[in-house]
Amino acid sequence: MGDALDPRPFAIEQRLAGVRRVIGVSGSKGGIGKSVIASTLALALADQDRRVGLFDLDFTSPSDHVVLGVDRSFPAEEFGIDPHVAHGIHLMSVAFFAGDAAVPLRGAATTSALLELLAITRWGDLDVLLLDMPPGLGDTSLDVINLLPRLEFLLVGNESRVVIESVRRAAALLTELNVPTVGILENMRRGDGEAIRALAEGVAMPYLAAIPFDSALEAALGDVELLRKTDVYRSLARLAESF
Amino acid sequence: MHELALADAVMKAALRAAEDAGMDRVERLVVKVGELQQIEKDLFEFSLTSVLSSQDQRLADASFQVTEERVRFGCNACGREYGRNDISLDDSDQGEAIHFIPELSHAFARCPDCGSPDFEILAGRGITLERIEGTGDG
Repeated sequence: MGDALDPRPFAIEQRLAGVRRVIGVSGSKGGIGKSVIASTLALALADQDRRVGLFDLDFTSPSDHVVLGVDRSFPAEEFGIDPHVAHGIHLMSVAFFAGDAAVPLRGAATTSALLELLAITRWGDLDVLLLDMPPGLGDTSLDVINLLPRLEFLLVGNESRVVIESVRRAAALLTELNVPTVGILENMRRGDGEAIRALAEGVAMPYLAAIPFDSALEAALGDVELLRKTDVYRSLARLAESF
Repeated sequence: MHELALADAVMKAALRAAEDAGMDRVERLVVKVGELQQIEKDLFEFSLTSVLSSQDQRLADASFQVTEERVRFGCNACGREYGRNDISLDDSDQGEAIHFIPELSHAFARCPDCGSPDFEILAGRGITLERIEGTGDG
C-alpha cells in the first residue's frame, strides 16, 4: 500500500445500504427556501408513513432543527451515532453538537466533517434520505456527487431572473455529470410560474410543483402542527405522494 | 461507542488496500490516532479487535499497531502554529462535540495569539490507516 488511507469513505456504502433513495434538495442561491422545503417535505413524507431521513448539510448555518422545532442535544452513541427521531423524521445536524456556537469552516474542513458524519451515522432502513444542501455548487455538492453514487437532486428555484440563471447553470452541470434529477420545484410563487416552467422545459427536467408564497409560514416555523396547516405543507404533501 | 464504527471503517479500508496489493492474508495493520479526536489508543485497539470477527477472512489473523499523533493547528490569519495545550475549551460538551466531529474545533478553539477560528488542522486530527503488512502473490 502506498499513501496512508483515510478509512471513512470506505464505510459510507454500508452506512447507506438500507436507504432506498438519496435526494439532495438543492438550489443555487441562498434564501430561496431549501431548508424549509427539505424539512417540510420530510414531514409530509413521514406523515404518509414513509421512512424518511433528513441530513442538514448546511454545516455553517444549520436550520432544519429550527424549522421542525427539534431540541439540540447530542445523538445517542452505539455502533456509530443515531439520528434524532422527531415527528417520524430521522434527523442529523451539526447543530446537535455545536450548540449555539458559530461553525466557521473552510472547504476542506467541510469535506472532512461530511465524511465523518457519513461514516458514523446509522440511518437504518429508509425509503428516502433528504439532504438539505448548502447554497451553490461548492464543496459539499461536489463531495456528495463524488461520495454517493445513488444520489439524485431536486432543484429549488423561484421566478427571479437571478435565481433562474443560477438554476439553469446547476441543471446543466448535473446533466453533464449524469447526476439524476427528480425535477425542478418552484418555491415562493407570486406570479404565473411561466419562467420556471420554461426553464424546466429548456433543461429537459420535470417541473414538479409550485409552492405558493405563504405569509403564514414564518409564524409556523418551529411548530409542526402549524406547519401542517400551511399551503407549503399541502403542496409538498401532494408532491410527496409521487415519491 | 462510535469508535466501533471507525474501527469497522479501518477494516474496510484495509481490505481494499489488501486487494489493491494482491495480498491474500493481512498480518498487521498500522493505525494512527490523532490527539484531537480524543480516542484512547487502548480503546481503539479494543475496538479493532471487537470488529475483527465480522470481517473478511483475509483479515482474520491481523494484529494491530496503534500509534498516537499530537495535534497541530496552523492559524490562517497570523501564521502561528500551536497544539492542544495552547487552546482552552469551556466545558466537556465542547470536547465531546470535537470527539464526534473534530472539525467542530473551529467552533470552540481559537488561535492563542490572534483569536482567530480560521486555522488548519495540520496533524493529529483523527483515525488514519498508515499501512498494512501481509503476504500474497502481489
